Amino acid sequence: MNERRLTLALMDPPYESANSTTALRIITAALEKGIDVNVFAYEGAVCLPLQDQAPHANPVKGTTVEEEQHPTTKAFVSSLLAMGQGKPLLTWVNCGLCVDERGAANVVAGVKRGSPADFFKMASDSTNTLVIPTR
Amino acid sequence: MTRYVFIESRDPFESRDTRFVEETAVAVKERGHHVTVFLVQNGVLAARKSTGRLRSLAEAGVTVLADDFSLRERGIKSDELAPHIRESGIDALVDAIVQKNTKALWH
Repeated sequence: MNERRLTLALMDPPYESANSTTALRIITAALEKGIDVNVFAYEGAVCLPLQDQAPHANPVKGTTVEEEQHPTTKAFVSSLLAMGQGKPLLTWVNCGLCVDERGAANVVAGVKRGSPADFFKMASDSTNTLVIPTR
Repeated sequence: MTRYVFIESRDPFESRDTRFVEETAVAVKERGHHVTVFLVQNGVLAARKSTGRLRSLAEAGVTVLADDFSLRERGIKSDELAPHIRESGIDALVDAIVQKNTKALWH
């Protein structure tokens, strides 16, 4: 078992707050250091790995989808899950009730469904827990 | 001794309660704990020496770090930082909060 494990609770929906960017940077840095990471996505954050997200063109600038290279949070989450498949391990749990409220069940591979009880267990088993609340 | 890491993401000119974080960090430090304040997102706006902010943290011996990515996003150069504030990467924050007996608080 990895002796260092970090748990993060995220609440912001995608494309709303710089909190999401910072959280993804923290997860990336932790995985690069070989630290196991648990993520409990709550409220709007369950939409971060939403499979239905699609990059778009920019009609104002006249750029295509390819030229725009619009980043989606689902792609970031997928990349992080690919980094954290074993050692280190990334476990991403979406709050099931939050998912149902938002109709956000179609998520990228590797994302699990859970409840705040999972967050309690994650926090109990971690070196530390960081809660990043909405403002 | 407990380690405390306060992560300040808010603009001091928009959120008066950033002052509360500063005062809490100083109070915890005065009780003998190791305290770090990590400025991120709009929190780094307080890191500029021209603002004269966060001096009480330096006087109390609190370590103050400013996220390099957030600084670059806002066009703040290293030589604009107050002398008691050190530019840092996000990996330094990870190193700080993954220590045992450490409390990490996001604001």
